Amino acid sequence: MARNDVLVDADWVEAHLDDPKVVLVEVDEDTAAYDKNHIKNAVRIDWKRDLQDPLVRDFVNKEKFEALLSERGIANDDTVVLYGGNNNWFASYAYWYFKVYGHDNVKLLDGGRKKWELDSRELVAEVPSRPKTTYQAKDADNDIRAFRDEVVASIGVKNLIDVRSPDEFSGKLLAPAHLPQEQSQRAGHVASAVNIPWSKAANEDGTFRSDDELKKLYADEGVDFGKDTIAYCRIGERSAHTWFVFHELFDLDNVKNYDGSWTEYGSLVGVPIEKDV
Amino acid sequence: MCGAPDQATISRDGIPTGETVVQGLVYNGDSPVSGGYVRLLDGTGEFTAEVVTSATGQFRFFARPGSWTVRVIPGGGHSGGDAKVDVAAGEISEVRISV
Repeated sequence: MARNDVLVDADWVEAHLDDPKVVLVEVDEDTAAYDKNHIKNAVRIDWKRDLQDPLVRDFVNKEKFEALLSERGIANDDTVVLYGGNNNWFASYAYWYFKVYGHDNVKLLDGGRKKWELDSRELVAEVPSRPKTTYQAKDADNDIRAFRDEVVASIGVKNLIDVRSPDEFSGKLLAPAHLPQEQSQRAGHVASAVNIPWSKAANEDGTFRSDDELKKLYADEGVDFGKDTIAYCRIGERSAHTWFVFHELFDLDNVKNYDGSWTEYGSLVGVPIEKDV
Repeated sequence: MCGAPDQATISRDGIPTGETVVQGLVYNGDSPVSGGYVRLLDGTGEFTAEVVTSATGQFRFFARPGSWTVRVIPGGGHSGGDAKVDVAAGEISEVRISV
């Protein structure tokens, strides 16, 4: 994969707004944003209601994912372009999720909704109507998804990259500072993890930094690209952003996103935690 | 709790006990800036959070005690601006930023 295969800019999107084989999908944390307005012809995926199982903390199963994409009018051979707020955190999560279920042709709008708004590009309220499809997903590819036992076994062995803010990494905050801090789990980080905040990979307008800048960033932080890498954050959305950098922009295969992340790890009994005192 | 709090309903009443809060308003001349992007930077200048201002130009962060910089990102018809703010544990610090 090259950068141009996985990232598109706003001009590209504007040129494909009416292309029936390109499906724009807005994915937000603030799920009301889409109701207010969105890019023309974009459909919505609600990261929580549509992508999380309502009972078990996990993805929806393959059949539900197929039903979701079919209902949204997304076909197997469509090009899916994801974008959203929060500097594309949840759009990156959805990108990784689509890859887990085997959708090959998926791209991110560089800079997401923020860059689009900062550039004062057109947003509309009209909700598009796309004909239903019969989407067929592949079995989940867990080569790009890490689970807790692998994370514990990776301490001191693999690159463990904690992409949260320095205050979350050090245990001073339990959640990103736009959220209330009440949480029950412990504060800190996985033992041996390095803190390379997701935000260092992005410009202020939400676009990704250049490949050269990104390579230098992680090399300077001591990341050995020859080793397996697991990225995590609080719930796996910011780490999907960093997973995108490693797996898609750097074209590295040995990279996983740990979506259990700190909300799981910080609640496990007996696992090694480090914290600033 | 995964969704961002509604930035349009800021009042002291809505803040959970014990939270340390940095909040405020973004103005352009006499008009509040709605839909502006505001980030909270820690003492080293590192990103900590980002929110979008409400219809009345308000924003709120749940921080920790210390010194912070609040930055408005330029774009969408207005310039950027920075403001330094200190906040103590369990307190609310308010800041107004003109862009």
